[in-house]
Amino acid sequence: MIEIRWHARGGQGGFTAARLLGLAASVFCNHYAQAFPSFGPERRGAPVLGFTRIDDKPITDHSQVYRCDCVVVLDETLMETVDVTKGLTDGGTILINSRLSPDRFHFPENFKVITLDATNIAMQELGAPISNTVMLGAFAAVHDFIDIDSILKAVDKGMPENLRSKNKKAIAHAYDAVRGRN
Amino acid sequence: MDFLNGDEAVAYGAKLCRPHVIPVYPITPQTIVVERIADFVANKLMDCEYIHVESEHSAMCAAMGASLVGARAFTATSSQGLAYMHEMLHYVSGSRFPIVMMNANRTLAAPWNIFGDQRDSLSQRDTGWIQVYVENGQEALDMIIQAYAIAEDDRVYTPVMVNLDGFVNTHTYELVDIPEQHEVDQFLPPLRSKNAIDFNHPRSFCISAATEWNMEFRYQQYEAMENAKQVIVEVDKRFGDKFGRYYHGLVEEYRCEDAEVVLVALGSAIGTSRIVVDKLREQGLKVGLVKLRFYRPFPAEYFKALSKRVKAVGVIDRDLSFGYEGAVASDIKSALNSAGSPPKVINFIAGIAGRDITKENIEGMYHKLFNLSQGKFEKELQFTGLRW
Amino acid sequence: MAKPQIVKFKFPESLKEMPLGPSAEAGILTEPNAGWRVQRPVLDHSKCSRCLMCWVLCPEGVIDKQNEKLEIDMNYCKGCGLCAHECPKDAITMVNEGE
Repeated sequence: MIEIRWHARGGQGGFTAARLLGLAASVFCNHYAQAFPSFGPERRGAPVLGFTRIDDKPITDHSQVYRCDCVVVLDETLMETVDVTKGLTDGGTILINSRLSPDRFHFPENFKVITLDATNIAMQELGAPISNTVMLGAFAAVHDFIDIDSILKAVDKGMPENLRSKNKKAIAHAYDAVRGRN
Repeated sequence: MDFLNGDEAVAYGAKLCRPHVIPVYPITPQTIVVERIADFVANKLMDCEYIHVESEHSAMCAAMGASLVGARAFTATSSQGLAYMHEMLHYVSGSRFPIVMMNANRTLAAPWNIFGDQRDSLSQRDTGWIQVYVENGQEALDMIIQAYAIAEDDRVYTPVMVNLDGFVNTHTYELVDIPEQHEVDQFLPPLRSKNAIDFNHPRSFCISAATEWNMEFRYQQYEAMENAKQVIVEVDKRFGDKFGRYYHGLVEEYRCEDAEVVLVALGSAIGTSRIVVDKLREQGLKVGLVKLRFYRPFPAEYFKALSKRVKAVGVIDRDLSFGYEGAVASDIKSALNSAGSPPKVINFIAGIAGRDITKENIEGMYHKLFNLSQGKFEKELQFTGLRW
Repeated sequence: MAKPQIVKFKFPESLKEMPLGPSAEAGILTEPNAGWRVQRPVLDHSKCSRCLMCWVLCPEGVIDKQNEKLEIDMNYCKGCGLCAHECPKDAITMVNEGE
């Protein structure tokens, strides 16, 4: 089972990304998945969490996610007040929306850190600094068990019609950007 | 297949049952149910009377009025809302109306809190409603459909409450298969109520009953609940035969065949416990899990029989009847004790107001049960996960 | 009127320290609440005429007129920009956070 934790601020669509990933993995990739937000009142700007569990057998666990294999950070300013590595397994991945390169963050060496200027891609493709779907594309680029087509199908099924086409472009843009490296 | 949260699954379940009247009042964490149904109605995907009532008490009154004219009624609530409609719960069950209501399990103030435990519905135990507790979104959808089949059975005519754990079920997205409408129509035909106004045979309804007559009405309710035990099993089989998913009636056992100790729980905690059972079994420990699905009617016969099979029983109560113990534990102990030499019981008070029941908590519970079965001392009632 | 200052809330450390019934000491602010602010107001005192329009209009009541120079409490200002919009002397400018 893979457990992913999404860090965002209320209103940035962190949970939407967690949900779309779960939708892609389950309905379109033949895995089982579960997605839920950190439960509680959400104020715009307050730190919120999203969780996705993905497995090849039915997921019956209904307790909270304490350990995760991958952390996605949609807003790098969160890292000033939140320890995003808490519960991250040894060798786990950290995906950060940032212009800075990974080594600028000084994470312990046992984590794989990947950065992407998702805000920039979002501005190009969506005209707004909403980086959630861009980071979803980056996630797919980094993990083999989820393919880009499933993510795009998830957008068609899980997002309102007027948002689909530009979000799919944003996802593809991010995917190619990350895949195209090395 | 779709990826839905528990509230959405309930909304689809309700939609498939073609209710005529839905009077509702929103309350976290049930709000998504009523919002989705409102969307269905607005988009003409559901043909029903959606009534924005001013309170939950009114919601149940309106549902009762609807049922009185033979309409299929649905509503949903949680916590304070359930408490608000308390007297109407008695009215509906005593009047024998087959209403189905979804309840999102959330704690009751004070202290005020929006998160999940089962204090709200368990404290309504005696209101004469059938109560089922689901483990996940799929079961939630399926049980809404089954609830009508049970409630509207001639031998039952008792309202049914379908319980989901607040947030953990209601707001968690999982894979859910939404059955086809025509298949549900075949499974659940339109309501032809035998307890409704009929201009050809005028009757008075919801009348008073004097002391000389009242107790006989209560006996009828008692009989209907006894009948329900059989009907629940029949409906489960019929549902499974048609849709391919069986839930095993009042109680589901998980790896209990040769178990020495078992845990009993209701709702989502069962899902988490399955993982712990598998882990401990791999270590050679003979543990089992009992999913108590229906709290009323209570499967007393099952627990009496279980009494002979295991050495210790743990009961997880997401509630506490102050002045005594967990309500579920009380009922289970009473049933276990009706056999000779019953197993010892530990009542675990856990998962209050959304406090997580972790896999570690559950593993700890099993180890305490082994202590008990080996003659070591364990307190009969233990709070799990308390700060100090 | 003196504004409450931020006071770190002392959580109970044992059952004995829990209050009787869910209650807590009143009149304290326990946390700053400005995390979602995208822009902040900057007041140019040389332009300010102390007309107090901003003080009247601020929906959060974060403008302090106790001292000669008006002060804005950045722990609670949410950056709505009403003060800048209404100031008759254009003494307040909204500036992006982080600049």
